[in-house]
Amino acid sequence: MVLETVIVSAVSMGGIAAALAIFLIFADSKLKVVTDPRIDAVTDLLPGTNCGGCGVPGCNAFAEALIKGKATPSDCVACDDDCVTDVAAFLGVEAGTKTRILAVVLCKGGNAEAVQNATYRGEMSCTGADTGGGGKGCVYGCLGLGECVSSCDFGAMAMDDNGLPVVFYDKCVGCGACAEACPRDLIELHPEDKKLFVYCKNKDKGPKAKKVCKVACIACTLCVKDCEVEGGITMVNNLAEINFDIDALGADAIKRCPTKCILFDVEKDVTKERFESAHRGRAV
Amino acid sequence: MTELVMIFISASLINNFVLTYFLGICPFIGVSNKTENALNMGFATTFVMTLTAAVTWPIYHYILVKFNVPYLEYVSFIIVIASLVQFVEMYVKKSSPSLYKALGIFLPLITTNCAILGLALFMVLRDYGFLESIVFGFATGVGFTLALVMMSGIREELEFADVPKVFQGASITFLVAGLMALAFMGFAGLIRG
Repeated sequence: MVLETVIVSAVSMGGIAAALAIFLIFADSKLKVVTDPRIDAVTDLLPGTNCGGCGVPGCNAFAEALIKGKATPSDCVACDDDCVTDVAAFLGVEAGTKTRILAVVLCKGGNAEAVQNATYRGEMSCTGADTGGGGKGCVYGCLGLGECVSSCDFGAMAMDDNGLPVVFYDKCVGCGACAEACPRDLIELHPEDKKLFVYCKNKDKGPKAKKVCKVACIACTLCVKDCEVEGGITMVNNLAEINFDIDALGADAIKRCPTKCILFDVEKDVTKERFESAHRGRAV
Repeated sequence: MTELVMIFISASLINNFVLTYFLGICPFIGVSNKTENALNMGFATTFVMTLTAAVTWPIYHYILVKFNVPYLEYVSFIIVIASLVQFVEMYVKKSSPSLYKALGIFLPLITTNCAILGLALFMVLRDYGFLESIVFGFATGVGFTLALVMMSGIREELEFADVPKVFQGASITFLVAGLMALAFMGFAGLIRG
């Protein structure tokens, strides 16, 4: 009886499975899709981070765009030079030129500079703190809870002693995950050669802005007057705004800034190694 | 005939698999961000459901019951569903690569969609005849598509709504799903008994 059950089960299941298998084999031969084998090969050469920094969703789609000639290998932001050369050599195409895009954190109001109105004890994420207002007096500034740091897939960010995020420019690939994560839009992506930035997003009038932060833009318009190119800096909503279309703005504009919120060529030499050795032994 | 209409209305609206039995929630949340994809996913699932009903009924009644091994229903139903999904996947890949990409992992996941196994098991449990089973399978698919398309319509509108940041994404979607399920409870009085 038991043996009979086993045989019946095995035969019936095997029969069903065999019938379905034959059906599938037949369907497969009719519906076969030929894919370009190079797509998988190129995908293997790419970093496989699927960060989306190149503008297409995922490394597989980028590989397809490469093969179709819609992209050049250097469009990949996560590739180093070796990897770009490998891909270019594999496909026999030009590597293209690469402008490095880097993330810039546009707030300098850390714990030492910004006024703390209250202690924030809610959900420990920037998004949560932003919904409730956070504890800082400045409602435009960095909340200091590091959502950008945790969004970074490349280990290119950390929080410093002052409660502000730091970007390691040796690691940053400019994928924009941190810019997306910041609820206050303090992180922007800019090409490597841009050096002049206004490190403040406070749109309040001078006195009010100065009350909540030592390094706030108080809209005094001195930088607008000092800028070597006419229209290089404008004052929009009580905030100095740099015209990034004009190349190579120099350091003239920063000379008379009373709060030092506009800075030229800082931080771009911060590397992970240097940051870690400076912070060794301290809780970050 | 009335019986078939009853089964159709019951399975698609009153006992909607997604909103009343909470089966198949994974694609319901996963593929409902665009109406077009939702509709196509609904079609694919409806196709698999109808075929599943049509194939599992004879297997159950002419093989499993006849050889007195009805406890093999789970195993046999699952291999039937898996093969059908494989077939649908091949077909979609051939006919529409963009749809194949849009559906992504959710297409092979129809295999493990509990709504489909649920459908096959309900069919046996309720002792439906062959024609009834097919209508039941098709109606379930229609109900699934209906829920998916309605959800995607709401989610497309939500893109423009001022949702508080903490509610954005999955949270608001689950809230909407809960409210939709409540609304579907209103169909309960449609058929007596």
